[in-house]
Amino acid sequence: MWFQRLPSERVLRARPVDGPFAVTSSEGNHDRLYCLNREAESQGLERGMGLADARAYVPDLVTRPADIDADRRFLVMLARWATRYTPHAGLDGENGLVLDITGAAHLFNGEEAMLEDMKERLSRARLSVKIGIADTRGAAWALSRFAPGIVPAGKTSAALGPLSVSALRINEKTATALKRLGLNTIADINALPRATLARRFDMGLIARLEEALGTRGEAVSPLSEPPHYGVRMTFPEPIGLVDDVMAALSRLLETLCLRLKTREAGARAITLAVERVDQTRQDVTLRLARPMRDASRILRLFERPVGEIDAGFGIERIRLEAGVVEALPAEQIGEGGLVEGEALDDLVTRLGARIGLDNIIRFQPVASHIPERGFTENPAAYGRVEAEWRMDHPRPLRLFPPEPVTSQAARRPPSRFSWRRMRLETAASSGPERIAPEWWRPDEAWRTGLRDYWRVDTRQGLRLWMFHTPQAPGWFVHGLFA
Amino acid sequence: MQDDFSTIFPLQRGRAHDASGPGAAFFAAALAGTADGPVLWVKPEWFSEMINPVALSAFFDPRDLIVARTKDHTETLAAGEEGLRSGAVRLVVMELDRPVDLTPGRRLQLAAETGRTIGLCLFPEGMGNQAAATRWLCRPLFSASDSTLQNWSITKNKTGTNNNWAVRWDEAARRIHVVSKAAERAGFKGPSG
Repeated sequence: MWFQRLPSERVLRARPVDGPFAVTSSEGNHDRLYCLNREAESQGLERGMGLADARAYVPDLVTRPADIDADRRFLVMLARWATRYTPHAGLDGENGLVLDITGAAHLFNGEEAMLEDMKERLSRARLSVKIGIADTRGAAWALSRFAPGIVPAGKTSAALGPLSVSALRINEKTATALKRLGLNTIADINALPRATLARRFDMGLIARLEEALGTRGEAVSPLSEPPHYGVRMTFPEPIGLVDDVMAALSRLLETLCLRLKTREAGARAITLAVERVDQTRQDVTLRLARPMRDASRILRLFERPVGEIDAGFGIERIRLEAGVVEALPAEQIGEGGLVEGEALDDLVTRLGARIGLDNIIRFQPVASHIPERGFTENPAAYGRVEAEWRMDHPRPLRLFPPEPVTSQAARRPPSRFSWRRMRLETAASSGPERIAPEWWRPDEAWRTGLRDYWRVDTRQGLRLWMFHTPQAPGWFVHGLFA
Repeated sequence: MQDDFSTIFPLQRGRAHDASGPGAAFFAAALAGTADGPVLWVKPEWFSEMINPVALSAFFDPRDLIVARTKDHTETLAAGEEGLRSGAVRLVVMELDRPVDLTPGRRLQLAAETGRTIGLCLFPEGMGNQAAATRWLCRPLFSASDSTLQNWSITKNKTGTNNNWAVRWDEAARRIHVVSKAAERAGFKGPSG
């Protein structure tokens, strides 16, 4: 199956254009036509032409940049569609599909009927296609490019004989070399002894020839069906009530969770796409604090985001897809109710839906003497951090950016000072604890060098964590014990 | 005095409480120490005063702590309410910088009742949640011998009278000790009782 105009037709399907149209790809700083529609071709344009030249020939040419990844995805989608004919459907190059229809043709009343069916369906989808059916993959390829149609079993070499040597899936250079030698058709090559061919060209040519003629086997490797965690539901009448959406969602979730369960996987992010009658689409993504496949729990987590959907004139179709899937082996669950920790994970998910999952954090201890670096903040969704916390030296409950205190004291904490408009009097102090900056890290706050930390108990009650910077004299309050 | 305090201090579950004053963080940490379970701490992102998990480890295991950073006052209340209602945590601490009106305060109260969770709002001094069950004013007390002595006074109590206590944190036993007034005056030396 060969889709001659796949890139342009893919774009045109979404946005039909009357008149010449082309998809361009940029090579270096030069735009070239990559794929054209029929009108453009009939006006004398061709593939590989520069865009500027093409514009000069056809001023009203409409173009779009090529998107090779999207083309590829489209082709994979077509391959999935092709599994309606046979389970053995694979990709063939950038714009072809290969189907092994052995034993499947009679289900469609024979090869002719099947071919007609394929053509009809694809033309309805506005895709132009050329199809060749033959005994071997190589022959079918040749037919699709050079003589679309069906070759009955056993007539392969007769049918391929008159075709050009280019039909053998060989590169341009080999094809030209063969033509220079006067070997224009496949029959010409086939008549020659293999040994001379192999001496003049490489074994690749012989392999291609034999594959086409069927003396050498070539398998069709079907696309492995990737597990697809998406379900959808289309409604006969548009719906708008939250309860209705939730009911539909619960049905979809059941299917989805069953699918996840059979593969022992759990969803980490689920996207609900809601398509309204006015052709607009809203996506609601639920990011879960841990992989889950429990339909009723996920449904409860969806309650809030679903309430925020604007149904407009009604919802026509909903689609649910597990975007991020992780392995989740089956595990023994307790008797009824939630397992310890699950309630907490649900809470994290629900909070995450409101304020963003990245804003929910757990602390993790870090081996550093720098007080601000004694811990890091990890997203809580990563799970519980199993690391021991220890406090070797007194540390305040509250830390804030250092606040300067005016004082002339040098070695010991000032006996009187004012901080945050409070006049404080030192009653007791303990220290110093000298902390040196981590020189291997650039840190603006530690530019002042060494710090001598003191714990200062004031007569007013406040217990402050103050430091003195001997290298740039000054006193600062860095934290509050209580 | 001791009996009196023990009836009120691990604060009543299923209620929202207030704490303010310079020792409010200490109060929250001590309460988390008695909660024995996961703690949710909701805090606006722009607050420059961080809580230091290293110091919290003297009160409870910081592994039980989940911090939610919010954008503003409303979000803090919403996240706090969500946490209270879920019942998945034992204590929800909310750091607030504005008084809470009766309606949101009542919502917190209802959420706390549903989840059987303690809610604690930390305010700057002089503000509060009108619907709070108790309101505490926490100030550190100077003592030559004890580095954790605090004065906790109840300034609002829906179910009893106002009172105040001098308390200290016992790190080994992980509990709050009430220090008798006499001992406090005499310059407290050694554990009470």
